[in-house]
Amino acid sequence: MDIAPNRYGFFTDTSICIGCKACEVACKEWNDVPDDGFVFRATSYDNTGSLGANTWRHVAFIEQQRPVGQADGRGQVGGQDQGEGPAGGPGPDSIERWLMSSDVCKHCTHAACLDVCPTGALFRTEFGTVVVQEDICNGCGYCVPACPYGVIDRRERDGRAWKCTMCYDRQLGGLEPACAKACPTDSIQFGPLDELRLRAEERVERLHEEGRPEARLYGASPDDGVGGDGAFFLLLDEPEVYGLPPDPVVTTRDLPAMWRWAGGAAVSLVGAMAVSFLSERLVGRIAAHDRSLGRRR
Amino acid sequence: MREDAMVPEAEFRSYYGQPVIKAPVWHEPHMPVYLYLGGLSGAASVMAAMAGLTGRDRLALTARVTAAVGATAGAALLAAELGRPERFLNMLRVFKLTSPMSVGSWILAAHSGLTTIAAASAVAAALPSAAAKVVAVLPAASAPVRALPTAGDAATLAIAVTGPLMATYTAVLLADTAVPAWHEAHRELPFLFAGSALASAGAMGMLATPRVEAGPARAVAALGAVMETAAGAVMERRLGLVGEPYRLGRAGRLMRAARVLTAGGGLLATVAGRSRTLSAISGLALTAGSLCIRFGALEAGRLSAADPKYTVVPQRRRLEAGNPASVPERP
Repeated sequence: MDIAPNRYGFFTDTSICIGCKACEVACKEWNDVPDDGFVFRATSYDNTGSLGANTWRHVAFIEQQRPVGQADGRGQVGGQDQGEGPAGGPGPDSIERWLMSSDVCKHCTHAACLDVCPTGALFRTEFGTVVVQEDICNGCGYCVPACPYGVIDRRERDGRAWKCTMCYDRQLGGLEPACAKACPTDSIQFGPLDELRLRAEERVERLHEEGRPEARLYGASPDDGVGGDGAFFLLLDEPEVYGLPPDPVVTTRDLPAMWRWAGGAAVSLVGAMAVSFLSERLVGRIAAHDRSLGRRR
Repeated sequence: MREDAMVPEAEFRSYYGQPVIKAPVWHEPHMPVYLYLGGLSGAASVMAAMAGLTGRDRLALTARVTAAVGATAGAALLAAELGRPERFLNMLRVFKLTSPMSVGSWILAAHSGLTTIAAASAVAAALPSAAAKVVAVLPAASAPVRALPTAGDAATLAIAVTGPLMATYTAVLLADTAVPAWHEAHRELPFLFAGSALASAGAMGMLATPRVEAGPARAVAALGAVMETAAGAVMERRLGLVGEPYRLGRAGRLMRAARVLTAGGGLLATVAGRSRTLSAISGLALTAGSLCIRFGALEAGRLSAADPKYTVVPQRRRLEAGNPASVPERP
């Protein structure tokens, strides 16, 4: 779907991310985002944890053991790493690998947060991105559970919703977003979305040729459940390993069906009410009829 | 394993077990009590219209007052949830069909206004001397007071339309999120809430109307209990893994309590015409059951958002079945 003639986006190539978190810091500094408090999660070296009201870029660290000679990421890497981190020491025929990935708001083509916002505080910019207007958001919090990626969040301090703006202010001034500017390895690339998609496909092909068949694009297809992401990724394992949903859907896709079912329930409510009022009258009439029959007998 | 009937433990990978989606940020008790009051007010307004049409004035009075109190208290809770009252007005700056919250705000605004007129006219009619006093003190009020009965009747017909919407839109509000236990339940949730709304309105009718005239309220309560119980059973059966949160922890306890209270209250309602005590017990049980359903549904949603399993496993299964999600082209 054509949502903007000049749609800009992010291509985050996680295969060259070094986990320096410069993007997190640059984002905080440019956008004046408050700190999240100092929380040590004790799961990995990642203490930011996830995207939220005060974290608009988040670098995930995934520590994995994988058998030597098994380049395929699926099923072999990390085992059942449900919150374990490195499972024991590396075995004799396994190697350690760290995946690092800088996550961000996906700026979906079909954005659930934008669809469900009741005040119009969220809008689509001329760059095809999704931005919250802080002076209009009234903190209803509806966008928060609507996002299939768990990005947007309400800041308890001021009760309003916040997320990445793809540095809308910098884009207006012809600059690239702060995170992309600060990235020392060009893991975060900013530019016209079509160009980025071509570049990403070339990169995946090159990695496949280099013997890394696990490389794949995430969120690049315009045919997926959110109509494609304005910020997409090159990953080296399944999306869920990075904390991303494997097959997200814009929540409003099923909205017509939802209203139909609700309409059915509303009609049933009126029907049940009518039956309740009429049945008593009917029952009353039958009882009166029986009584009159009884008298006649 | 809690019970054998449960879905086998799903194997999946995640980022240190952290949630994929964000849990709803709505506060308790504001949101669940609002859901209860919305349902109560919605069903009570239909009851008011039907009681009026069938000449049951006492029941109509109860229903109109219940509808108005439910709607205004609900609106107050919603404003409290937003933090500042004027933020509710901000909800009405646009009308957006893609946002159940926007549609719902308009429904609530119209419904609470109309129920207030309907209740005011019914109360004024029940206390004719009070209306006369108002006119005596404020001569300017005589025109509105005289127009009240007509306006009240017109409003009662209108709330028979806004009421059913009020009672069911909240199900769409929950379902139109990425929360698996809500989104996947979008077929049954409206019926669960409509049944619960009927049961709670019937309960209020039984509690606040003389037994002779509360016959239809008892029938409404019983039918509502049946609808709620059936919708809940169908929902949990159909949802499979994603329905698990409705059985676990605090959500499970609330849902089980709701089932017992609603079924018990509904059964009692069928014989409650015999005594005032039975009426009271049935009405209170149904009210408690209806509240438990809303608290339980909210908690189940929170549980299903907190565990990445409920987000990842169904999506992963969809992909592995070669059936990935797609979005139909929209205008």
